[in-house]
Amino acid sequence: MSRTPKPLAELRKTYGPHLNLAPVGGWDADPEPDRLVKTHCCFCGQQCGIQLKVKDEKVIGFEPWMEFPFNQGKLCPKGVKRYLQGNHPDRLTSALMRTDHGFAEVDWEAAMARTVNEIERIQTEHGKDAFAVLSGVSLSNEKSYLAGKFARLGLGTRNLDYNGRLCMVSAGAGNKKAFGVDRAANSWADIELADVIWVSGSNVAECSPITTDYIWRARDRGAKLIVVDPRITPLGRTADLVLPLRPGSDSALTNGILHLLQKWELLDRDFIEEHTAGFDAALEAVKDCTPEWTSKLTGLPAVAIEKAARMWGEAKTSFLLHARGIEHQSKGVENVCSCINMVLATGRIGRPGCGYATITGQGNGQGGREHGHKCDQLPGNRDIENPEHRAHICKVWGCTDAELPGKGLTAQEIMNAIHAGEIKGLLSLCFNPLVSLPDSEFTRAALEKLEFHVNLDFFLSETGQHADVILPSALHEEDEGTSTSAEGRIIKLNKAVEPPGDARADWKIMVEMARLLGKGKWFDHFTSPRAIFEELRHASKGGTADYFGVTYEKVEKSMGIFWPCPDLDHPGTPRLFEGGRFFHPDGKARFIPTPWRPPMEVVDEAYPIWLTTGRTVFHYLSGTQTRRIGFLVEQCPHPYLELHPRLADLHGIEEGDAVEITSRRGSLVLPAKVVKTIRPDTVFIPYHWPGALSANRLTARHLDPVSKIPEFKVSAVRIAKTTPDRFPEELAELRRMAFEARTDQPVLPEQVL
Amino acid sequence: MVSDEYGFFIDPQRCIGCKSCVGACGECGTHKGRPMIHLDELDRLESPQTTPTVCMHCEDPICAQVCPADAIKRSEDGVVHSSQKPRCIGCQNCELSCPFGVPIVFSGLEQMLKCDLCYDRTSEGLKPMCATVCPSQALLYAPKAQVELMRRAKPVREFLVGSLLVKTRTAVMLPDPETPLHLDAALLIEGGF
Repeated sequence: MSRTPKPLAELRKTYGPHLNLAPVGGWDADPEPDRLVKTHCCFCGQQCGIQLKVKDEKVIGFEPWMEFPFNQGKLCPKGVKRYLQGNHPDRLTSALMRTDHGFAEVDWEAAMARTVNEIERIQTEHGKDAFAVLSGVSLSNEKSYLAGKFARLGLGTRNLDYNGRLCMVSAGAGNKKAFGVDRAANSWADIELADVIWVSGSNVAECSPITTDYIWRARDRGAKLIVVDPRITPLGRTADLVLPLRPGSDSALTNGILHLLQKWELLDRDFIEEHTAGFDAALEAVKDCTPEWTSKLTGLPAVAIEKAARMWGEAKTSFLLHARGIEHQSKGVENVCSCINMVLATGRIGRPGCGYATITGQGNGQGGREHGHKCDQLPGNRDIENPEHRAHICKVWGCTDAELPGKGLTAQEIMNAIHAGEIKGLLSLCFNPLVSLPDSEFTRAALEKLEFHVNLDFFLSETGQHADVILPSALHEEDEGTSTSAEGRIIKLNKAVEPPGDARADWKIMVEMARLLGKGKWFDHFTSPRAIFEELRHASKGGTADYFGVTYEKVEKSMGIFWPCPDLDHPGTPRLFEGGRFFHPDGKARFIPTPWRPPMEVVDEAYPIWLTTGRTVFHYLSGTQTRRIGFLVEQCPHPYLELHPRLADLHGIEEGDAVEITSRRGSLVLPAKVVKTIRPDTVFIPYHWPGALSANRLTARHLDPVSKIPEFKVSAVRIAKTTPDRFPEELAELRRMAFEARTDQPVLPEQVL
Repeated sequence: MVSDEYGFFIDPQRCIGCKSCVGACGECGTHKGRPMIHLDELDRLESPQTTPTVCMHCEDPICAQVCPADAIKRSEDGVVHSSQKPRCIGCQNCELSCPFGVPIVFSGLEQMLKCDLCYDRTSEGLKPMCATVCPSQALLYAPKAQVELMRRAKPVREFLVGSLLVKTRTAVMLPDPETPLHLDAALLIEGGF
């Protein structure tokens, strides 16, 4: 039984979150470093270049890396303060095992032996697939590749999936359908050259801050900006056109635009004829999507829809960007395809200033999904069900087809199977599903059913609190490897310091575990990240995500290489689809018809308000790292309910009031933040916090049928004003932490309460 | 010396409120964890507008004029520096008189510290830290001639404070008057396009 071994308040005393407020030795310590290490930010898919200052073998701060071309020194606040995750009081430095009295520090060997025994027991009693792996894409390419190989050959389970299932999969699936390849079509350099920039479902300023400057540089040249979002985001505030549409109506809007492009003949007929297939079917699907129809579904005035179509249709060059807003839906893939239809219909792709991209959210969301911890993929972006693809990987790995498991369950389906008692054991790393999966009380119930759960992490995450064994792993700055950014640029991560105590890089842990499981023949040669990368190069060879021509030296020399890079002399490919050549066998792109369908859950009398969730600029995903950094907690200590004053007035709610939000899954009480920048029929909650403050108590396990991404962005809720005594205890603790971050005083004086 | 060719430009229009500037400013080895930048949310109910304040580096700095201890100096290159530690008496005259609200007298330190354009960096040809990290380049440090060509917003270096004309080294960017502003989603939905 994997309940938390102690009440959460007691676990918090030992494992945090506590705050790290200052560098090692405090602010008065000598800030002159012994050396600067060029590497990249550990957080989002922008993968900004940064130099870490190292003194006495500790990271003590950062220095901007001006030469790295993507960000040229720019960093968001998470990047500025990320060094404070090192030397942190909450850091796990020895293996832990659950006892009747909480977690006990144990010998590494004892923890490994227990883990291996339990894996073998569960797999003997219940079959190989009864043990699952949930991994994540903050891991380097090397670790992602290894996680895939470890699950398939080390454990022999087909049930391996990753947290990119909550991030990139709708975009990936849509891109593969339309283009035959899953990568941003352009490097970001083309954003600057575009005349119209269309941003759908992306809070660019907060979730991919560096992209903001690319968009502004285009605007400096006179480019027009269209932002589609139920909220007026910091970038939207000044956009030429803001379309605050109803949550879940994105493909209604893009269908309506395609309808008008056709009606007004704002199409590139030559491009459509020569380089695409399926246009007629796509048009058929939008033939009734008049501005009036679109207006009814999106809640936008018809005139705004016409203005957007005109602006997009008449542009000479353009760049379309989208992100989780349209992808976190039960029709995420359709939303993506309908955006691509707008791009293909105007023929504006594969040329300077003409492009398209999803803004990959996670640090290595791009590379991680290419190399094998996605349940349906093998390295090189290969298909695990394709016999030729399997044969190539079997050859590289030296295994038989029978030894290579097939397609497994996706992340949410794995959690469902745990809840149903079909999966009995779990290895989790780099993933905090208790915070990040929808319907969090369901996730908690599932984790409590596991017979055995081993967790690899550098802090005790909320998911880790439910584990039986915790193996301390290494931070980003404690290992080397490569990562692939939102642009498709492969970059080099460099090691700044050694992991503390017994902590060690995830790849070392997996290689050791494989050896103890008697599978060393496939893993013992992995003595370094470089050795793993060498195998990855060969495994990816000939796949769409071809890294064969990439070496560490080449990446460092060029400050990144864009895949595909099929041989050692190849310079890489910043812009895909030049000359209208796509990756399908006939070289043509595909229009995918996207007939309208509503979200899985829609508002009704009982739950009359739309809920959408997202991020703030001060936190990253489930907050395991950022909720421990003083400066970031000071700026944004706790979640809140964002609502329009008109909706607030209807319920008698004022700024700061306690509001109970209830969905069919559960409820929570949060302070109100009253803002005019959100639709009056919609509320918003940031999702970085656990337990009683988790936005995912409200969200549903509704999945896109193709990508299996959960519909985080569309739920139906009701709200009611309540009294402040109903605020969860955790809120008071977070307010105290904000005070501590601001003042360095741990105790909140009474008058501040 | 800080190059006269380079200017510091504040463009609140581009500000995304991320406080990277504040965080990075605090990292400086000279003021050790104390940011010199203010970043204000103007009125979150009405707008997501945020605005950063760094020192405007006045030609005839009021903070220096009112300093009874003559502790605030402007160097030849136009940079107004933090108070000189031996002279500063922590009286807060500077704090109260600055029209932009820049100087801070830190309790415990009993000394006024302020944005000095990262003199350690800019005097060696580097950008100030805030303008280096700023993701949207709302804080921009670049050759003045280049900015004229690069940006549509226009730099303003003269401000009327009451009846007093204040001329500054740092510029505030005045938005292109045609740039729209969207502040209320309800009004947009009702047809305010």
